[in-house]
Amino acid sequence: MSEHLLEVKDLVKHFTLNGDFVSRVAGKTQTVKAVDGIDFYVRQGETLGLVGESGCGKSTTGRLITRLIEPTEGEIKLRGEDLLAFSPKRMRETRKDVQLVFQDPYASLNPRKTIMDILSRPLEVHNLAKTWHEKRERVLELLNLVGMGSEHIDRYPHEFSGGQRQRIAIARGLTVNPELMIGDEPVSALDVSIQAQILNLFRELQEKFSLTYLFIAHDLAVIRHISDRVAVMYVGKIVESGPVATIFSDPLHPYTKALLAAVPEADPEKPAPRLTLEGEVATPIDPPPGCRLQGRCPLATSICSEVSPELVSVDTDHQVACHNL
Amino acid sequence: MAEPVLEIDNLSVQFNLKRGVLRAIDQISFEVAKGETFGLVGESGSGKSVTARAIMRLIPSPPGEIASGTVRFQGRDLYEMSDKDIREIRGQNIAMVFQEPMNALNPVFTVGSQIGDALRTNLGLSKAEARERTAEMLQLVGIPSPSSRIDNYVHEFSGGMRQRVMLAMALSCDPTFLIADEPTTALDVTIQAVILELISSMIERFDMSLLFITHNLGVVAHACDKIGVMYASHLVEIGSKKEIFANPQHPYTVGLLRSIPRLDVQEKFLTPIDGTVCNMMDPPTGCKFNPRCAHTMDICRERIPKFKELAPGHFAACHLHEQPTV
Repeated sequence: MSEHLLEVKDLVKHFTLNGDFVSRVAGKTQTVKAVDGIDFYVRQGETLGLVGESGCGKSTTGRLITRLIEPTEGEIKLRGEDLLAFSPKRMRETRKDVQLVFQDPYASLNPRKTIMDILSRPLEVHNLAKTWHEKRERVLELLNLVGMGSEHIDRYPHEFSGGQRQRIAIARGLTVNPELMIGDEPVSALDVSIQAQILNLFRELQEKFSLTYLFIAHDLAVIRHISDRVAVMYVGKIVESGPVATIFSDPLHPYTKALLAAVPEADPEKPAPRLTLEGEVATPIDPPPGCRLQGRCPLATSICSEVSPELVSVDTDHQVACHNL
Repeated sequence: MAEPVLEIDNLSVQFNLKRGVLRAIDQISFEVAKGETFGLVGESGSGKSVTARAIMRLIPSPPGEIASGTVRFQGRDLYEMSDKDIREIRGQNIAMVFQEPMNALNPVFTVGSQIGDALRTNLGLSKAEARERTAEMLQLVGIPSPSSRIDNYVHEFSGGMRQRVMLAMALSCDPTFLIADEPTTALDVTIQAVILELISSMIERFDMSLLFITHNLGVVAHACDKIGVMYASHLVEIGSKKEIFANPQHPYTVGLLRSIPRLDVQEKFLTPIDGTVCNMMDPPTGCKFNPRCAHTMDICRERIPKFKELAPGHFAACHLHEQPTV
């Protein structure tokens, strides 16, 4: 069994709404439980797909792991060491091991910098190249890696299409030779024909550099394609995780089942998409105790509104958080 | 064969910009029959939404201009009509649902007053009648406790509920034709499933025709009978849903279908379409797909291919099919 590169334990992130003095005194603050006690791990060299609907906390999870925001509680272990205990200096050095690719390549690249500037900056920050020639050479190598010609090096982001920009964003992640790449919806802003190119690029790079991916997406077909293992999130909790084939062919949690039944497959012979749950997505703002799916779930019993189900193993590597299995 | 309700013939729309002329749609022709659901698919910038807007006569002019062609609805040319007549067509005969309900609905009026306004203007109802009918419509599209929700503002609804409100507004004047422009794109997949089901039940109930615009091939596979595929302002293939998915004939359609990751099997690599969409200000000559196509021949760079009927009701515009051998 391969080593766990990343391990997350009881990770919690709460945001306070109406946190101003007057509201606090009046007791009118509310808590958004964006991430509410999640556990998962990512093995060296694999891809973990984190899937869920908008607002379920998947992007917050990605930001917590990179420490772009600080968690309320919990542990984030990289190669067995707790990132949260690192000194600022140590953390700065560690940042080169974990890189993030964002969703919107129109927002994540500085419009006033050339591609050379954008890609050489991480090299300067981490002292990986000294002279201009060294930097130039490395940037050209990176462009080549992501399938872009060297003629692009002195251009600005606005001169590129969405797919090309995403290639540049990926190249930026690669500059520092990371071990873990976190993709936060990296293909969801792209058209399908381009999306396929970028997904293939992720695969090629993974093989070439034995990268480990945490791939965050809402599109189940994308997750199915790219992941080795999958974790399904619903309103701040992981409800099910397991190997990709198991999750997609034998899902156990009612939410996972509902999510899969709702996907319209590009094949008219397949059953029409439908919703097997009642009502709408629950809110993470001061949620009631118990399972987050209560009130929508066809299996719900009285315990579901009292006790929040723990993620328990049902099979090797397959975990589900449900009282009624 | 049912009679066509909407006939688009050789329609071109261009925008005359400072930088030059942008052909947003170029000589497209198709028909939608009574009771038919027609899906228009294509990637961003292919001209799907401009087509919808051109049908509604909503192309801003200037800079927009209808460069050629006609749009006929129930036999009448929409571009020959007076402004008064077209206003009657909009809403009462053709209604439209947009992608972003938050942008399409007015944030400073309650949903009841907006839908009520449409009813009073189009159907001449009194205030009380309009309110009653609005509540009925909200009930019909599945908004719980409509009699109190009628006085809510748009921001007080969730994304899925907003889309229901839009649908209620679109259907309030009993249209015979519905245009849905990416109605589920901004929604989560579980809510999308509900809205798709709602749209198809409404189509049946009101006996409407539907023009469904989307980039999502999964959605058209379930929401439409007939599909038109657009690429770079051209319509490249039209056929029944079955034909398009089982027997696609245009290399772009084939490529598009192959690039979608599948839910049932995991392949190591996908088969994308090479290259990127052409710059619409400076498109290639001949077939617009030729720089990305695996079958490009000399003629593809010279002439725009014409539509050819390959099987009954199945058309493709590709030079491969103009040769006797393939």
